Amino acid sequence: MAEEVPAELVRSLEGTAREVRKEVIRMTFAAQSGHPGGSLSVADILTTLVFHELRIDPARVDWPDRDRLVLSKGHASPAMYATLALRGFLPREELSTFRQLGSRLQGHVDRTKLPCIEASTGCLGQGIGMAVGMALDARLRKASYRTYAVIGDGECQAGPTWEALMAGGHYRLSNLVVILDRNGLETDGSTEAIMGIEPIVEKFRAFRYHTIDIDGHSIPALLDAFAEARRTTDGPTAIVARTVKGKGVSFMEGKHQYHGKAPNSAEAEQALAELSRGEGAPS
Amino acid sequence: MSAFAVGKPESLRDAYGKALVALGEKDPELVVFDADLSGSTRTILFGQKFPDRFFNVGVMEPTMMTMAAGLALQGRTVYASTFAVFAAGQAYNAVRQSICYNQANVKIVATHGGLLVGADGGTHQIVEDIGLMRGLPGMTVIVPADAPTTRAATFAVADRYGPAYVRLTRENLPPVTDGSFAIGKAAELRSGSDLTMVAVGSLVARALEVAEDLQKVGVSTRVLDFASVKPFDAPALLRAARDTGAILVLEEHSVLTGVGALVASTTSENSPVPVRRVGVPDLFGESGEPWALLDRYGMSKERITEEAWELLKARGKVQ
Repeated sequence: MAEEVPAELVRSLEGTAREVRKEVIRMTFAAQSGHPGGSLSVADILTTLVFHELRIDPARVDWPDRDRLVLSKGHASPAMYATLALRGFLPREELSTFRQLGSRLQGHVDRTKLPCIEASTGCLGQGIGMAVGMALDARLRKASYRTYAVIGDGECQAGPTWEALMAGGHYRLSNLVVILDRNGLETDGSTEAIMGIEPIVEKFRAFRYHTIDIDGHSIPALLDAFAEARRTTDGPTAIVARTVKGKGVSFMEGKHQYHGKAPNSAEAEQALAELSRGEGAPS
Repeated sequence: MSAFAVGKPESLRDAYGKALVALGEKDPELVVFDADLSGSTRTILFGQKFPDRFFNVGVMEPTMMTMAAGLALQGRTVYASTFAVFAAGQAYNAVRQSICYNQANVKIVATHGGLLVGADGGTHQIVEDIGLMRGLPGMTVIVPADAPTTRAATFAVADRYGPAYVRLTRENLPPVTDGSFAIGKAAELRSGSDLTMVAVGSLVARALEVAEDLQKVGVSTRVLDFASVKPFDAPALLRAARDTGAILVLEEHSVLTGVGALVASTTSENSPVPVRRVGVPDLFGESGEPWALLDRYGMSKERITEEAWELLKARGKVQ
């Protein structure tokens, strides 16, 4: 059952997500590389996690009881860096160093360079397994922290993703939440044309996950789903967040070509203009 | 004379399992993983003693490695065991990214390395694992020659933060060391001045046997147990090169990427001397009696002796 979600909170998170998207465009444009499509699709998910759901503190990145966030789809690093920067985990100016030699902001997130990253990821199907390990650690320690793993839909074609999901279900890890950024596209095109992952909700249920199917761009729906996950105490939760690749930038939306292609100068200008126009209006 | 008499063969895997139990008693946070081979790898000894800290995850080796990394990054020491073909082969990229790239404190103790797997055949006889693992930045690689070194190495990798790969042999092996293993140190098991044998794992005992035979005809052979493959004891290796002028490498592993390649490149850059490699040629193994396989694939005592004479000829020490 949906809880009452304060409108002010929703507006605030929507505004932050727009800022995240703008930073994604600036970063990938400046680097002339990176993955804008999947970063734009995951922006609302990461914003809701980092600005509301997670118990984290920028002043204490090694706080033992902090919630763990693992970006298993490590190529969405621009969205991750932007969200964490806006939340105060790194200087916003540092975002311009993305993918440059010597930067802490690697092409795929790297914990050894940037301490607020819980796990270095990039090769798909691994972050989710590390997240299962973290949830097991919390259970062994009787610690209160929760673990959130954000996975991609192309990643759901990888065998180890299902190994890890199987383990999370087997151990009944109610402190584990898996969020699928279901944008429907991977590098070469549609997931369903290349190697279909549907019926994905049924698959998660078969793997013993309490599964919630939502609009992944709806902040109220995300807030509700995370609250429902907290109330779920008999096993892990999977949130299938239906999203649009390239969300918020008209010419990128639904285009697999922007999975791993940076905008050029004119495209970046148009994208930033579109994202700015959205300010103040409900999305 | 050999520094250590060759005794009754002992199980390296039992030594590992018992050492794990001792570690578990000492470190209440230590966690152990296995992938449905706990009876063979002997992690079951730990599992019986500490069931809450033992995870038998079934046949999912890559995810065993990623889960182990996830726990290790929370400050734990984690051991993960399975056969070497699965640990280094099946799970390679999980070991690479989740453990090594993340600098996670996971100790992979892989059993059934090499041809001595025997009857299971070439699918299960990995002869590439030392090369794969020593190529990973930050990875410590240990290849014990006997049970005492296995026990010491199991403890030693726990005391050194970071990823480690320990390769064990399925077959029982005679004790050839006193167990005074240290990471980064080669053990000189026999002194000598005409030739050095650098050996790892199952071939250390054979090296000592051949050295003993050579002594009878007046050839003085130094034998180095090179159990610490990475980091390796460069000073001991280069001293051996200078002192004896020739090196024979013995390993139950592909000669393309193993310890032979390491020794040849290190000596050639620093102290060039003739090096010959005894090991598995560029071939997969096959089913057979374990020790007969070693003979068949070029690691017989006769072959080792021939290679030793080739080196002595190259050095002009014999005609």
